[in-house]
Amino acid sequence: MTTAATSTPPRFAVGDAVKIDAKSAIGHCRTPWYVRGKSGVVVEIHGSFRDPVRLAYHRPGLPAQVLYKIRMRQTDLWSNYKGQAADHLDVDIYEPWLTPVRSAKRSAKTRVAAVAGVV
Amino acid sequence: MHDDHDHSHDHEHGEPHAPRRDHDAGPATLYEVLERAMRELLIEKGVFTAQEIAAQIDLMDSRSPSLGAKVIAKAWTDPAFKTALLADTRGALAQLDIDIGQLAEFRVIENQPGIHNVVVCTLCSCYPKMLLGVPPAWYKSLAYRSRTVSQPRDVLAEFGLAIPLSTEVRVHDSTADLRYIVLPERPSGTDDWTAAALEQIITRDCMIGTAVPVAHQQD
Repeated sequence: MTTAATSTPPRFAVGDAVKIDAKSAIGHCRTPWYVRGKSGVVVEIHGSFRDPVRLAYHRPGLPAQVLYKIRMRQTDLWSNYKGQAADHLDVDIYEPWLTPVRSAKRSAKTRVAAVAGVV
Repeated sequence: MHDDHDHSHDHEHGEPHAPRRDHDAGPATLYEVLERAMRELLIEKGVFTAQEIAAQIDLMDSRSPSLGAKVIAKAWTDPAFKTALLADTRGALAQLDIDIGQLAEFRVIENQPGIHNVVVCTLCSCYPKMLLGVPPAWYKSLAYRSRTVSQPRDVLAEFGLAIPLSTEVRVHDSTADLRYIVLPERPSGTDDWTAAALEQIITRDCMIGTAVPVAHQQD
C-alpha cells in the first residue's frame, strides 16, 4: 500500500498559495528540481502517502506525509514560456516541501480564483 | 480498418518481415546478466518463485490500451459511472473487475471545453500500466519528459495536435504515487455509436493526452 494514515491533519487547504522549498535533498524525494523555489496553489489534497525517501530504502515509509496537487502558472515556471498565460502545470508535492505564501491579499484572491478553476 | 488481427509491427502488407534478432542470440549484456543473477538468487532465497514471476508477466501482458479504452467508452456512455470514475477511480474500476493493484492510486483527469490535459513523468516514467499496459518508448525518453513540462504546445504539435490558443494546456507531472489517465472529450457525431465502436477511436495517446479521439467515418 502506498497510502497510510497520518496522525496530523493537512497543514494546507484547497486554495492556499504555497511555495515549494528550494532545498537540496538526498534520496528519492520526488520533488523535481524545476519546481523548487516556485509558487503555486493547492488544488487538491490527495491524502496521506508513505514517505518516498524512506520507501526507496525499503523502509515502511512512515511517518506518512500529506500529498497535495499544486497548480502553477507556466509563465511563473519558465521566463521564456511560449504558450498562453492560462497554461498551467499540476504537480504532486509532499507536505514537508511546502511553505505558506504570506500575502493575504494575493492569497485570498488566488484562493477564489483557484476554487473557480481559473488559476 | 482490419479487425481480424492486431498490428503491433509497423511494416506494410506484402513486405517481407525483416530477420528477427532473437533476444538470446549473442552474448548477454551486463544488465541481462545482472537481472538473471538477481532473479536466481531471489528464487533461491525463497523471496518468490519462478511461477510467481511468470504470473506477474502474464498479468502485465494482459493490460493494454484497449482496457483503458473500455473504461473511457463506459464513462462516455454511462454518466453515473463517469461520476464514480472521477470521484473514486479505484472503486469505479473495481466495478468493471479491473484491479489496479496496491503500488499506486489512480486519478482520471477530464478534458473539457477550453482545457486540454497531458500527462508526463519528469522523474522517471510513472505510467498507469495496470490500465494501459507497458508505456511507449517515447514516454520514457528524456526529450518527452523534459520538453512536455516546458514546451507542451510544441510537443503536442509534433504529435499532430494543435491546441487552439483559447484552450488552456494543463500538464500533469506524475511525480508521486498517483497514476493519471486523461478522459478525453467524446467527439461530436458519435451519439449513435456503440460502446464497441467508441473504443476503436480511444487510442493510447488519447489517454496520455498527446492525441484526441477523432470520429472516423463509419463503414
